Amino acid sequence: MADTQRPLSPHMGIYKWQVQMVTSIVHRATGIALSVGTLLVLWGVFSLASGEDSYNQFKTCLGSPIGMILLIGWSWALFFHLCNGIRHLIQDGGMGYGIPQFVRSSWLAIIGSVVLTIIVWAYVLTAGGAA
Amino acid sequence: MSANGPQYDVRKQLRNPLKRARGLGSAQSGVGHWWTQRVTAAALVFLGIWFVVTVLGALHADYATARAMIAKPWNALLLVAFVLAMCWHAVLGLQVVIEDYVHTRWLEVSLLVLVKFIAVLGTLATLMAVLRVALGA
Repeated sequence: MADTQRPLSPHMGIYKWQVQMVTSIVHRATGIALSVGTLLVLWGVFSLASGEDSYNQFKTCLGSPIGMILLIGWSWALFFHLCNGIRHLIQDGGMGYGIPQFVRSSWLAIIGSVVLTIIVWAYVLTAGGAA
Repeated sequence: MSANGPQYDVRKQLRNPLKRARGLGSAQSGVGHWWTQRVTAAALVFLGIWFVVTVLGALHADYATARAMIAKPWNALLLVAFVLAMCWHAVLGLQVVIEDYVHTRWLEVSLLVLVKFIAVLGTLATLMAVLRVALGA
């Protein structure tokens, strides 16, 4: 057995809130959400392969209020995972580890993902709604 | 010796200590996992942007238009590449999440295998569907 007398990491409750915590856990959460969203892509491609009726059904489901809400959520998740993923790739290259840069890039990923989501949905809505 | 318990007493082991030490190391697959996660991530930066732009271009497409779009060689190729990279990346990512948070061993292993099954099936299904559209079957 491991020695249980060793010092343990303190619980989450005593840490001061920091933006890097949020980007870290949200990166995981969006990753899980996007894994589920993969099934939506599969459904779309499948509906194209199986005929006009199933394709129209697919479009109707996506265009419904619930479908739109899910799509907005998934598009934001995609853009956040993309922005924060690029941030992580840059960090994997050994850059951006200073605390000010680390905090700044966290905010950049959050703001960037929101801006991209707004741009895409502004385009969708001005082009006359989804589906 | 005593801190590790009696099961680590080399005098009671039939195997050579060197053999044991070799077997107790890492699984040797960590770097491959890490690197593949990054390579698929880099691919998905480009494929993901392509996917979003393509979907936005197909917003109001009817069935025939959407089918014709996917049937184009470049779109068919990139769509298959996108789904393949995405499923691979998702398997690696979900694996880490499951290993971190699921502490019941049988449940952990079951989930890991289940995720892989779904990802492989999903990738093959997409490949078949895209081929069907692209080849006009």
